[in-house]
Amino acid sequence: MSIIHAEKLGYDYVQYDEDEGKEPEVVHAVRDVDLKVERGQFIAILGHNGSGKSTLAKHINALLVPTEGTIYIDHMNTRDDDSLWKIRQEAGMVFQNPDNQIVASVVEEDVGFGPENLGVPTDEIWRRVDDSLAKTGMIAYRKHSPNKLSGGQKQRVAIAGVMAMKPKCIVLDEPTAMLDPNGRKEVIKAVRDLNKAEHVTVILITHYMEEVTAADRIFVMDAGELVMEGTPVEIFSQVEKLRKLRLDVPQVTELAYELKQSGAELPDGILTTDELGHHLCEEKNPIADPKKLEESLQEDIAAESEVREKPQQKNQTAGDGEPEKVQPEKLDIEGGKPEIQAQEDKHTESGGLESLRLEHVSYVYSTGTAYEITALKDVSLEIPKGQFVGIIGHTGSGKSTLVQHFNGLIRPTSGHVYFQGRDIWEEGYPLRELRFHVGLVFQYPEYQLFETDVIKDVCFGPKNQGLSEEDQMKRAREALRQVGIPEGLYEKSPFELSGGQKRRVAIAGVLAMNPDILVLDEPTAGLDPRGREEILSELDQLQKERGITVILVSHSMEDVAQHVDRIIAMNKGEVAFDGTPRQVFSHYKELETMGLAAPQMTYIMHALREHGLDVDVNASTLEEARRTVLQALKEKTA
Amino acid sequence: MLRDITIGQYYPADSVLHRLDPRVKLIGTIVYIISLFVFHTWGYILGTVFLVSIILLSRVPFTFMVRGLKAIVILLIITMALNMLLTPGTYLFQWKFFHISKEGVVIAVRMAIRLIYLIIGCSVMTLTTTPNKLTDGLEALGQPLKAVHVPVHEIAMMMSIALRFIPILLEETDKIMKAQTARGADFESGGIVQKVKAMVPLLVPLFVSAFRRAGDLAMAMEARCYHGGEGRTQMKPLRYERRDLIAYGILAGYLAATIVLRVVFNW
Repeated sequence: MSIIHAEKLGYDYVQYDEDEGKEPEVVHAVRDVDLKVERGQFIAILGHNGSGKSTLAKHINALLVPTEGTIYIDHMNTRDDDSLWKIRQEAGMVFQNPDNQIVASVVEEDVGFGPENLGVPTDEIWRRVDDSLAKTGMIAYRKHSPNKLSGGQKQRVAIAGVMAMKPKCIVLDEPTAMLDPNGRKEVIKAVRDLNKAEHVTVILITHYMEEVTAADRIFVMDAGELVMEGTPVEIFSQVEKLRKLRLDVPQVTELAYELKQSGAELPDGILTTDELGHHLCEEKNPIADPKKLEESLQEDIAAESEVREKPQQKNQTAGDGEPEKVQPEKLDIEGGKPEIQAQEDKHTESGGLESLRLEHVSYVYSTGTAYEITALKDVSLEIPKGQFVGIIGHTGSGKSTLVQHFNGLIRPTSGHVYFQGRDIWEEGYPLRELRFHVGLVFQYPEYQLFETDVIKDVCFGPKNQGLSEEDQMKRAREALRQVGIPEGLYEKSPFELSGGQKRRVAIAGVLAMNPDILVLDEPTAGLDPRGREEILSELDQLQKERGITVILVSHSMEDVAQHVDRIIAMNKGEVAFDGTPRQVFSHYKELETMGLAAPQMTYIMHALREHGLDVDVNASTLEEARRTVLQALKEKTA
Repeated sequence: MLRDITIGQYYPADSVLHRLDPRVKLIGTIVYIISLFVFHTWGYILGTVFLVSIILLSRVPFTFMVRGLKAIVILLIITMALNMLLTPGTYLFQWKFFHISKEGVVIAVRMAIRLIYLIIGCSVMTLTTTPNKLTDGLEALGQPLKAVHVPVHEIAMMMSIALRFIPILLEETDKIMKAQTARGADFESGGIVQKVKAMVPLLVPLFVSAFRRAGDLAMAMEARCYHGGEGRTQMKPLRYERRDLIAYGILAGYLAATIVLRVVFNW
C-alpha cells in the first residue's frame, strides 16, 4: 500500500520579466512525475539546485497543489480541500533554515505548536511533547531558548515538532544544508532512528551523498523530471550519469570508480569502505588490466611532479605510519608563493613577503559581564603573501572571530595585529584603507546584496575606495568575469539570480576592491556539489592569476584538503595545529576530539590498511588516494 | 555592538510572584497604578509598604529594579525643577526671579514619587513574567475585545513571534553592518543626509532578509497546520490556582484601602 502516490504530477508557474514587452514565461518546475513510496521506507531525493526537488516536496505536504496530474497522500487527494489539514498532519515537513521554522521562544512550546493547532487536548499535548523530545534526544533542552541552540539541535527541535503531530511520513527539505558536519550527523541519526524505531516513512532531500547510502530507494531529479530511480547501489553505479546531472557520488564510490577506470578489478556501485577493502584485498587477482594500471600510475606520478611543486611533497614519506610531530607553534612553510606578484603593490614600505601577522592576540566577548566568553586565546600566526590558507575548527572554536581581526572589524582585547609590518591599531592607522587590502567575504554573503542591479552592487566597494566611475566599472567587470558571471546578468537585479550566482556576485563585490588578501568565511555553505566545486576552483584560479593570499574558513575537510597549502586548526579559541594538510590530518585522532575530522579519504585509507593493503594513510585527496592504492596493488601482485 | 541590547528583561528566579498567573500580575499592575494617582498625601505610605513587600516577595535584586529608572532620570529632574519653579504660592526661597513655592515642592515630590513608583512597579511585573506569559496574559484579558472584532489571538501570535525574532534580527543587523563595513561602508562619519544614505546598504538587505524569514516562517507554520485561533487548544492554558485567588483578594483589599484613605481621610 503506497503512502505517497503521484501520477503525472506537474507544476507550472508563470514568471514575469520586469522588462517590458517580454512575454511572461511559463516555468515547468515539476513535470510528469510518477512516483510511489511505500510505508516505512527511507527515501532520498537528489538533484542539483533548481532541479525541482523542493517543489516536489511541497506537494507532499499540500503546500502546493499540482497544476497537472494528481498526488495522493495516504489515499487522500491533495486537491481536496477537506483533507488539507489531515494531509499536513500525516505528512510533516522540516525545512532548510533552522531559525525560520521555530515559532516559539521555548523549545517545548515549539514542539507543542503543531498539536495545539490540531486541537489536541492539553494533557495529550504534554505527553506528545515529552515523547517527541525524548525520541530526538532533546529532552534536556526543553526549557531552553531556541536561540541558544546549535544548528543541529534546532533541526532536531523542528523534527520533534513534526513528530508531535504523529505523522505517518516526514519530508525533510535539505535539513542539513546549513549545518556543520557534527550537526549533520546528529540530524541524520535522529531521522534514521525515527525511521527504524517508529516506522515513519522518511523522504530526505539532500546534497550530501554520504547521507543517502543507507536509503531504501533513491530518486534523482533534473529539470523538474524524475530521471533516475533505484537502490543506492543501482544509482551510484552510474557515476558518469550522476556527474552529468551535476551530482556527486560518495567518496568511496568515486575512488572505486577511479580505480576501476585505471584497471583494477572492481564491481560497480561500491558504497562502503569495507566492500572496497574486501574486493581489493581478498580478491585473488585485483588487477584486471595491469597495463592500464601501469599507465595510469605513470601518468599520475608525472602529473604530480609537474603541477605540485608544493611544500607537502618535501616531507612526504609514503606509507610511513609514524607522522612527523607537528606542533602548533611554527611549521616550516616556505614556498607556496606564486611567481606572479600582485599587480599593484600599494604598501611597499615593509617590502617583506609577510603580509599579515598576529601576535598574542586574545579576544573576550562582553568583558566584565556575567556572559564573558573568551573567543580567542593568545593566537600568534603569520601569513605570508600568496599563500592559500585553510582555517578549520568546529562551530564556536573562534575561527570567525579570528578572521574579523584580519581586517580590523574586531579590536583584540590584547595582542597586536600587523598588516605589512604596521600595527593596525596604532594611532592614525587608516583602518578603512586596510579593509580594501584585506577583503572579507562573510558567511552567506548574498544576504548583503542591496543594489538595483548586479554591476552596481559590485561597484559598491570600489566606489567607497573613491575610484572614478570608469575605474569602478572596470574593476567590477573584471571581478564578475573572474567569478564566472556572464555579461547578460550584469544589468539584472541581484535578487533575481540563483543562489549560487548571488553568492558569486557577493564574492565579486569584495574582489572588485582588489584586495591583497581575500578571506572567505564558509563560501560554499548551502550550495550543491557542483556549485561548491565551482567556487573553490575559481578561488584556486584567483590565487594563481592575481597572486593574492586566500584564506578559506571551512567545515569541509575534503575541500580544504583539496585546495589549500596550509591548514590552521582552531580549537577553543587557540591554534591547535598549523601545517600542511598532510601534517595536520595525520593528527586525525586529536582532530576528532576537537569535533573535527580528517577528510573521508584518509579514513578510507586507514580502513584499507587494516584490510592489509599497504597504502599511504595520509593521502587525503582523490588523486593521492588513487595513486597510493594503485601503487599498493602493483606491489602486492608483483 | 547591537547584541548588548536586552529586550524583555526577565529575571529568572523561583518566587511566588514568578509563579503567579500573568493575568493577576497585569491586573495588579493596573490597580497599583490607579492607587498611585488616587493617593494624595500620606496614602503613599500604604503604596510604599505594598511596593516593598512585592519587591521582597519577587526575590529580584533591588539593583535590577532601579536599572529601569536610569532612562527617566532626566525627565524626572526637569519635571521636578519646573514644578518647583513655576508653581505659585507661598515662597520658601527667592533669588532674583527664581522662586520656590511650598506648593511647588509638594507637587514635585508627589510627581517624583508617582513616576518612580510607577516605573518600579512595572519593572517588577516584567522582571517576574516571561514575555511569553505576558503575551498569554494579554491574550486572555483581551478576549472581551473580540466582540468588537479585535483580532486578539492574531495580535498575541504576532507579539510572540516578534519576541522570538528580535534577537535573530539584531544579530543579523550586526552581521550585515560588519559585512558592509568590510566593503568600505562608513556608518559613522558625515552629516545627517550622508548618514541616512549610508543606511541603505544596511536596511535593504535587512528588509529583504526579514521578508524572506517571514515567508519561510509562514510556510513552516502552515505546514504544521496553523490556521488561526479557531479550534486551537493550548499546551499551557492559563489556570487560576489558589495563590492567584488569594492575590486577587489582596489586590481588592488594597484597592479598597486606597479609596477609603482618600475619600474618608483625604490622604
